[in-house]
Amino acid sequence: MPNVLEIKGLRIEATSYPPGEPPRDVVLVDDVSVAVQQGRVLGLIGESGAGKSTIGLSAMAFGRGGVRLTGGQILLNGRDIRSATARDLRSLRGREVTYVAQSAAAAFNPAKRLMQQVIETSLQHNLMTRPEAEARAVDLFRKLGLPNPETFGNRYPHQVSGGQLQRAMTAMALCPKPDLVIFDEPTTALDVTTQIDVLVAIKAAIRDTGVAALYITHDLAVVAQVADDILVLRGGKKVEYGSTDQIINAPREAYTQALVSVRSIEHHEKPEAAPVLSVANVTARYKGTSLDVLKNVTLDLAAGQTLAVVGESGSGKSTLARVITGLLPAAQGRISFAGRKLSPDLASRSKDDLRELQMIYQMADTAMNPRQTVGTIIGRPLEFYFGLKGDAKRARVQELLDEIEMGAGFIDRYPAELSGGQKQRVCIARALAAKPKLIICDEVTSALDPLVADGILKLLLNLQAREGVAYLFITHDLATVRAIADKIAVMYRGQVVRYGGKTDVLTPPFDDYTDLLLSSVPEMQLGWLEQVLDRRKMESAGN
Amino acid sequence: MRRIPLSALVGLILTGGFFFVAIFAQLIAPYKMDELVGGVWDPISAAHWLGTDSIGRDLLTRMIYGAQVTIFVATCSTILSFVTGSVLGFLAATAGGWLDQALSRFVDLVMAIPTLILSLVILTAVDVTTLNLILVMGFLDATRVFRLSRAVAVDITVMDYVEAARLRGERQGWIIFSEILPNALSPLVAELGLRFIFAVLFISTLSFLGLGVQPPLADWGGLVKENSAGLVYGIPAALAPAMAIAALAISVNLVADWVLSRTTSLKGGRGA
Repeated sequence: MPNVLEIKGLRIEATSYPPGEPPRDVVLVDDVSVAVQQGRVLGLIGESGAGKSTIGLSAMAFGRGGVRLTGGQILLNGRDIRSATARDLRSLRGREVTYVAQSAAAAFNPAKRLMQQVIETSLQHNLMTRPEAEARAVDLFRKLGLPNPETFGNRYPHQVSGGQLQRAMTAMALCPKPDLVIFDEPTTALDVTTQIDVLVAIKAAIRDTGVAALYITHDLAVVAQVADDILVLRGGKKVEYGSTDQIINAPREAYTQALVSVRSIEHHEKPEAAPVLSVANVTARYKGTSLDVLKNVTLDLAAGQTLAVVGESGSGKSTLARVITGLLPAAQGRISFAGRKLSPDLASRSKDDLRELQMIYQMADTAMNPRQTVGTIIGRPLEFYFGLKGDAKRARVQELLDEIEMGAGFIDRYPAELSGGQKQRVCIARALAAKPKLIICDEVTSALDPLVADGILKLLLNLQAREGVAYLFITHDLATVRAIADKIAVMYRGQVVRYGGKTDVLTPPFDDYTDLLLSSVPEMQLGWLEQVLDRRKMESAGN
Repeated sequence: MRRIPLSALVGLILTGGFFFVAIFAQLIAPYKMDELVGGVWDPISAAHWLGTDSIGRDLLTRMIYGAQVTIFVATCSTILSFVTGSVLGFLAATAGGWLDQALSRFVDLVMAIPTLILSLVILTAVDVTTLNLILVMGFLDATRVFRLSRAVAVDITVMDYVEAARLRGERQGWIIFSEILPNALSPLVAELGLRFIFAVLFISTLSFLGLGVQPPLADWGGLVKENSAGLVYGIPAALAPAMAIAALAISVNLVADWVLSRTTSLKGGRGA
């Protein structure tokens, strides 16, 4: 079968402008070769900065923001399009190659109806008449499992859910009958329970329409479900290229092996102990609304242990953190912490209450003042709570930096000069500086690449063993939960639907929601998606 | 260090020159400020480089003292507007609630009335002294600074590092000066240049209308007014102070542009 896309020795460069230095050229992608045949899916996988999106976009001969395709061949249906003219590119983009972006919410024009946007490309290229295009769009909506396919197109983007919008964008990409579709992290921004529906829809649509596809993601377990072949990238270079079966079951390179075996932390549940934090019958609502974001939440967290709070977005996990920290005073219920009753609002809490309850954020970028050095950031709690100054403070900061395995040389750096993982470590050190009894970790690993996230989790576990600090760990990632939790609370629509020790919560029989949540987490094995679907079908038939 | 672009260099030299003249006016000026040294509107000569004014005073001397008055009033009112405007703006953004509402609506109210008309009304009611001029100009301009600093600070207060500081139990003042101010500085510095120019134009306008600096002291706007009658007879004495106003405005602008482009590229060390 002929190759729809063949990339040979691709080299991509860009010019970087470091402040205060002369501009220099950097190589983003170096000597990458792939081939995709009709009806096949190639997965591109790697950490952020690996060049996967850059390669994906190069299949349309497009370089984002001054990126230049400087070498090699990009053969689309046998023609080299690397240095094609703008006119030629215009006629092939949207006709032969289409693109599905990561954030559907940002990619759709909010002022136009979905139908108009889905068929726009087909009309633009004179591929079909408006009625034909609309009929095809409705057909695609049906194939992608969207509700009311006949009238779905009449809605505006804000009237449909995130998962539906992502499927609408897939319909948009498939509508002009392209030869190749590029999927750029199409499920990354979605909840696990939604992700599985979108994955199923995309996989079925690819199979039915017989297009070739590039599937870009950082999640190996996801790509294992849809791709036939996988290219593992790191720093713009090929690490390993092979069939999905070989990459998942017999990875050759050390880096691929690390990716496959990530989240292999063994963590055993600790025995019951006296609680450091108890939340009893807490109900909370935001000012000016009548909706209870938290309903009657009751939880206990033992000293030196980890309570994982899981749930999809909107389930009230982060609101719970805001209530415990006092940013959103609870409407009802009581919170006791370290044997004392915590006052509901921040302003009336004692300095010790504040000190012993620290927080780490999801985005380490915005959690640190960009104008302060690492030394100032970590030093401030030392100064504020313990009155340390001068050399004593600096020595203690260095001690903390050693604890988070960052060593010397970082104390005078600014956050912008740190990598994502290092930033998160500094935030951990800032929380530790206060000698807390409890740290609330709000999605602390979800913005990080898997291997880096793994390092952070190990660090947190070590620190817990050494310092005896308890964690309230908010996450939507169940693999993380397995790795770190002693107790688990599953939240759904502001309520705790399941709560208990890790083993109990993760052992059947489940309630419906926990079952859905647990079975939606992609596993690193081939055919997992089909197994889940079969099982769900059988269950619904059984009911 | 990057090279200073030509435009900024020209701006820096001119601005520096103007401030130098303003500070050392008493040493530089060839005559006394209100000394009659020649005839009415004497032409340019070796003794009087810019000629004499409407009653025979040396125009260059008047210009040099005028620079002092103009720049002094403009600088003081700019400093006043920045201190009050930015502190109140940051306070409104961090405190929120009724304080924010009260301050913002009051500022809206003041801004709804044209600044020039409002200041003319106030200045006819009070004694026109230099101090009152500075206070009126400073507080009226503070409304603009308030709006800008509040807008900038609102974006910063929602950052996690400000929340982290609140959770740590930091005081309002510490949050404003240590967390918000350093991150709000670049737009404010650029605004400082622009507000200074507006202050120069404002004091010149007021003086031209007769409600600014009072005789025998005169700023550049006052000099234009004193000598404007001569224009009808083809006497260019009014053009010299007018050009000085334009030159100062442009040179400060060039510096402000440069500062803005420099600081935005460093903004928080993020982006390109």
